[in-house]
Amino acid sequence: MSSRLPVRKTYKLFIGGAFVRSESGRYDRSGDFNIPRASRKDVRDAVAAARKASASWAGRTPYNRGQILYRFAEALESRAADIGAERSEVEAAIDVLVHYAGWTDKLQPVLGGINPVAAPFLSFSVPEPTGVVGIVAPDSPPLLGLIAELAPALAAGNTVVAVLSDERPLPGLDLGEVMGIADVPAGVVNLLSGRRAELVPVLAGHHALNAIVNATDSLTAEIDKLAAESVTRVRHTTPSESYADATSDPLSRLEALTELKTAWHPVGA
Amino acid sequence: MATQEQRTSIRWDYAPAPESPDHVRLRDSYGLFIEGEFTDPVDGTRVPSINPATEEVVAEVAFAGPGDLRRAVAAARAAQPGWAALSGLERGKYLFRVARLIQERARELAVVESMDGGKPIRESRDVDVPLAAAHFFHYAGWADKLSYGMGGRAVEPLGVAAQIVPWNFPLLMAAWKLAPALACGNTAVLKPAETTPVTALLLAEIVQEAELPPGVVSIVPGDGAAGAALVREPDIDKVAFTGSTAVGKDIQAALAGRGIPLTLELGGKSANIVFEDAALDQAVEGIVNGIFFNQGHVCCAGSRLLIQESVADTVVGKLWDRMGRLRVGDPLDKNTDVGAINSREQLERITSLVESGEEEGAVRRSVVCELPSRGFWFPPTLFTDVAPAHRIAAEEIFGPVVSVLTFRTQAEAIEKANSTPYGLAAGIWTDKGSKAFEVASALQAGVVWQNTYNHFDPSAAFGGYKESGFGREGGMAGLRPYLRVAS
Repeated sequence: MSSRLPVRKTYKLFIGGAFVRSESGRYDRSGDFNIPRASRKDVRDAVAAARKASASWAGRTPYNRGQILYRFAEALESRAADIGAERSEVEAAIDVLVHYAGWTDKLQPVLGGINPVAAPFLSFSVPEPTGVVGIVAPDSPPLLGLIAELAPALAAGNTVVAVLSDERPLPGLDLGEVMGIADVPAGVVNLLSGRRAELVPVLAGHHALNAIVNATDSLTAEIDKLAAESVTRVRHTTPSESYADATSDPLSRLEALTELKTAWHPVGA
Repeated sequence: MATQEQRTSIRWDYAPAPESPDHVRLRDSYGLFIEGEFTDPVDGTRVPSINPATEEVVAEVAFAGPGDLRRAVAAARAAQPGWAALSGLERGKYLFRVARLIQERARELAVVESMDGGKPIRESRDVDVPLAAAHFFHYAGWADKLSYGMGGRAVEPLGVAAQIVPWNFPLLMAAWKLAPALACGNTAVLKPAETTPVTALLLAEIVQEAELPPGVVSIVPGDGAAGAALVREPDIDKVAFTGSTAVGKDIQAALAGRGIPLTLELGGKSANIVFEDAALDQAVEGIVNGIFFNQGHVCCAGSRLLIQESVADTVVGKLWDRMGRLRVGDPLDKNTDVGAINSREQLERITSLVESGEEEGAVRRSVVCELPSRGFWFPPTLFTDVAPAHRIAAEEIFGPVVSVLTFRTQAEAIEKANSTPYGLAAGIWTDKGSKAFEVASALQAGVVWQNTYNHFDPSAAFGGYKESGFGREGGMAGLRPYLRVAS
């Protein structure tokens, strides 16, 4: 009946708030779509964008970050039908975002506090963001697995460069569009599709990266070794960790991506 | 009436006031402390531990070989289930005992610490030893409250912890490592530093006196190769290291792919920032404490002095004046401010970096003072006209050497302070509260001191940002590196 030709989507990388093709011009085929195959240069560009966005994102009030994460959840809910993932997976991912939206202003009282030092000082310890965090997203579940690692990183005030699932990058790439309408500032989240084996070593060895979360069971030793070059923090999700309950043990995810700062201020003269 | 210059040029002399080592009960020779006993090494060696102030032998100490390390790890493995099975209260009671015994033997420990490492007795007596006892006391009390410290999570110990400590605070660093590990139900194999093993072996005696079950604590002195071998032992569950960033990176790489939790407390090039509104005389005392405390052998030493331009000449003048009054010499003298450099090797490293500072064009001033003819000494030294790219402004010297840089605005101070791969500590000198809070929050450093420096407390977390390491020691946060969340 209808002879209207549908408008197809061109999938792009999401770097610094912009949708861009890989600078290499390379692509892979995924289903009916051409997927950009990011290059090492794209990784470096993404880290630079995340680094640039870092101070401003970390400097926002926890209340503000919480609202943006909640807005992210709202946007994902309204776009749920457009994400290339199972409805149930999208819903679980939305709930993860809501969960971490509520963490932004809880982290400090849970992890920090006033230190009862034996001297006339107001000494306190507060968690601060580690900085720029790399995420190696799992193949399964591609969306929920990504969000389960992305949300705690953002809640703790970090900016992110994520290498999406090799096998199923589409839901991750769809997410870039959701963030475009969710007030997540440019550069706070950067999404790269491509070959994990090519991209992850560049990411893990990048000296401007502060931490890396590997949610796959591949490249483990290589990531560790490259991270050691600049004392980058590493968290591997354990193989037993499933995403059946994606908000289990959130504190371990959050504290792995924070630094505790202890300040001493004098009391009295 | 005397002029200011005349008054401040009065030379205050003190009669020698050495602490007596008479009550120290040192053995001629110490074995490896494994399974609760001092034992002969099976494949190690025996090495004299040298007093860096006299170059005399403090005691002969067994160094562990690979077989010895394996023995210690096996003993720790065997003891771990029983130690973890004790109630938290009972485990804590052993640690309270250790804290008390350190207090009882405080004077002896302080004297030996100064003999073995060269630090002034005033510091080992007033800082190292009391803090070591306080650390055990603090974590003893955590042993039966672990889940409260972990946000209510159910937790379990990791198992066997391999711990490597440096030579600058030998006993205190051993306490920082052992106390939380043991409180959490782990057993530990501790490797003291090559040049300062003796107080750790006195701590082994205390562990015996406290009747800790054999194998819960093993103390195995050795050199860097022994440390490298220890972290490569197959049957360990945790590594904690305090030392240089270079060695920390090697350890992190050596553990690649093994899934072993790691804590690193590494080097620093910490900024000590003096604003024009600071109480300048107080700041000068703080600068001195920041860089000359323990001869500058401090990972968080305030080695980059950033002074606001408007007061730079005044502060440098006062600082140089104050440096002339530092008493350098016999570590056992109660009036000594700056003791001996820890080893010949470290003296060579300091000397070479200071030479590079002169070669690169910075202006050097070293205090002229009488240094003993034997031992390892370096006079307190100040560099001005330092550029941020100079090695003395970028690299950790780990000696009594301070590099002065200046800034005009608060933003410039923050940028300069953060412009380093390190991120261990920082100092802020200002009397404006709101400014201090703002600057403290902007500094990428694990510890920030306002109007004080080098202050430590067992209840306050300590550890680095960036390449100064990860994980925290002290306080509630110090439990995390020694526990896993129960599945």
